[in-house]
Amino acid sequence: MSKLKTFGLGGVHPHDRKSRTNGKPIEDAGIPAVAVIPMSQHLGSPADCTVEVGAKVEEGMPIGKSSGFISANIHSPVTGTVKEIGRVFLPNGTSSQAISIEVEESFSPKSSWKADKNWEELSKEELIDLVADMGIVGLGGATFPLNVKLKVPTGSTVEYLIINGVECEPYLTADHRGMLELTDKIFKGIEILYKIMEPEKVFIGIENNKPDAIKVMSQKASAMSFPTEVVPLKLRYPQGDEKQLIQAVTGREIPSGALPLAIGCIVSNVGTVYSLYEAVVLGKPLIERILTVSGGAIKEPKNLRVRIGTPISELIEKCGGFSEVPEKVVVGGPMMGFAIFDLDTPVTKGTSGILALTLKEVNSSVRTSCLNCGKCIQACPMGLNPTTLFKYIDHQDYDGAKDIGLLDCKECGSCGYTCPAHIPLIHGMKLGKLILRKNQQKQNKVKA
Amino acid sequence: MSEKQNMLITASPQIHGPETTAKIMWLVTLSLVPAGIWGIFVFGARSILVIGVSILASVISEYVIARISKKSTILDGSAFLTGLLIGYNMPAAVPLFIPAVASVFAIVVVKWSFGGLGGNWMNPALAGRVFVFFSWTGGMTTWTMPGTVHNVADTVSHASPLGFIKAGLLDFSGALHGPVEFLSNQGYPHSGMAESIAEWFGNIGITISYTYIDGFLGNIPGCIGEVSALLLLLGGIFLLIRKIITWHIPVAYFGSFALLVWIFGGLRYNTGFFTGDPLFHILTGGMMLGVLFMATDMVTSPITGKGMIIFGVGAGLLTFMIRFYGSFPEGVSLAIILMNIFVPMINRYTQPVRFGTRGSKK
Repeated sequence: MSKLKTFGLGGVHPHDRKSRTNGKPIEDAGIPAVAVIPMSQHLGSPADCTVEVGAKVEEGMPIGKSSGFISANIHSPVTGTVKEIGRVFLPNGTSSQAISIEVEESFSPKSSWKADKNWEELSKEELIDLVADMGIVGLGGATFPLNVKLKVPTGSTVEYLIINGVECEPYLTADHRGMLELTDKIFKGIEILYKIMEPEKVFIGIENNKPDAIKVMSQKASAMSFPTEVVPLKLRYPQGDEKQLIQAVTGREIPSGALPLAIGCIVSNVGTVYSLYEAVVLGKPLIERILTVSGGAIKEPKNLRVRIGTPISELIEKCGGFSEVPEKVVVGGPMMGFAIFDLDTPVTKGTSGILALTLKEVNSSVRTSCLNCGKCIQACPMGLNPTTLFKYIDHQDYDGAKDIGLLDCKECGSCGYTCPAHIPLIHGMKLGKLILRKNQQKQNKVKA
Repeated sequence: MSEKQNMLITASPQIHGPETTAKIMWLVTLSLVPAGIWGIFVFGARSILVIGVSILASVISEYVIARISKKSTILDGSAFLTGLLIGYNMPAAVPLFIPAVASVFAIVVVKWSFGGLGGNWMNPALAGRVFVFFSWTGGMTTWTMPGTVHNVADTVSHASPLGFIKAGLLDFSGALHGPVEFLSNQGYPHSGMAESIAEWFGNIGITISYTYIDGFLGNIPGCIGEVSALLLLLGGIFLLIRKIITWHIPVAYFGSFALLVWIFGGLRYNTGFFTGDPLFHILTGGMMLGVLFMATDMVTSPITGKGMIIFGVGAGLLTFMIRFYGSFPEGVSLAIILMNIFVPMINRYTQPVRFGTRGSKK
């Protein structure tokens, strides 16, 4: 066997802990009694709420309208009555306007969806508009509105379309199960993307801890009418990041601050591609997603198909509840996810997993002074110097931090995971970026 | 739900790798244990006392200062390690107040006046050693002959191989093939172990001089923990495997030093260029201990691989200069301390190359 591809700089090897759920078929999580739908579930400005308290909504009906260039529509995942329009805390600690919908007792999800038009007859522009209507966003974690990504500016060309089946975060197996169980539908989604982007070639990147998925996807890929290749990748975090994945697959490096299009690439997650299929072929908006509920404190870890707006506590109960008191409950993967304080936080479009972690798994320890060991530098996939960045931020020199690349940091967590001194490096990076952004806004105001 | 108030909120990453500061310090300590046991074996029970006093003085100083600064740093193991290294850097016959002073100086002045662990810019153990070396040079250079070396009337006050050569070469004008021949000509003692090993190798047709064997095993006068090149090397390999140190500093340090000794080392014996004996110089003196355990100290060495190579080459050059052209037989501790001073500057010019700034490889 030839040498497996991977990215260049840095990276870490946390235990993947996927064996708990990677053999478990996707189950339906059921319908919540009350669905809480935040208006901010995507990158960019929150959607404008289009319903009022007391209104009757139906499954799939638009209830939030895209409010800007980077924003997305939001649809009701259930049939019922709007009980309240208030605010909720999102997993990342910010708050958002949210619509609470009391679900009708007689409600059962529509079993068959059918699009109004055959997608093969639609033009590229019509397809992109349809994606926007259906509120599709990237499900890999960044929740970037898909229609914005699909609009290739004139002058740019897409050479490679890269489908991200890496799922490099430990514990998570939703994409893995999706590739095994929904293979045909994912490939239908890839066909749609191919029609919109017209790339020279399609690559599907999958890490080699999912040999069954590599096999199934390769078989299907060889039967496609356009060049499609499954690229097995060496297990390494953060390979699922756009920049690392492109480098692993094509050897190209995105210039600092640029988009993948600058080097002729577009990356889309398998989960997103599946939602694209549902939206375009079935006319079903993004009201459901697949996620993994796992962690040492969960009794029966599972892969679940979940309605957006379902409270996390209901999913934990669906998985048998806690086997012990968790040290942390995390939304997303353990490397980039958010610890939450309220188990009634709703599932949003970006929720890729729910993890109840034990003290042993969290493995926190006393913070000591920086030893200058340089392990964070060795771990950083962006070639940054995390410890020096942290010192700049600690000394409130945010512009100094910016000069040595703070904005290139994507908070993958490799440095913080490695640091023997247990310095909260990512916490510092997040804070530094936030303050830089605030300072920028202030400056803009003064100028205006 | 009742679990609500118990849940911990932190920024990502939500899990952490296995390393901690304390684990690193204790693993380094562990890797030093075999060499210390050897030192006690050859130099006698007094070595235990010397090492014990060093550790005790170091840990007590750390405790007192940490108490004053309202911090708790005893369990991170760094003070224990500093004390252990100071003990290893003492001759077995040293008056006991010397290691105590060295430890207090290392912890109080070198380490804590710059803010404690991580703040110091000079290796505390080495700084402590150098401080007492210049203050009480006599006590610091009275060597004990290892118990494994026989036919020696007086076991105390023998010169170390390097010191013996340094002194002997002052009025030397002949031509000899390097330090090994010089030592055997002058009747420098060797161990019974070396005799039997050399004989064994002789039987299979390989000639090895006693000096190399004694240097490699540690049957030479020297500081307690520095003599056994073999056991220190094993400890260093353990640290490399555990990824506590990287290859950069040892390779650059040994490499540059060996190269310089090979090129210029022969000039002293009037045999011309490219006739030096790097192996002898690596196996004797504080080279192994210094390169593998002191130069690689995380706190006082550069932070990137590139920087570590510059640091290692610089230390190799300085060690060569001091050993061959300075007035001391030993140069490792001074060379490392001098290079410690350059670390901030080295770091400044060896920052990592950022992703996406090298132009894409198409």
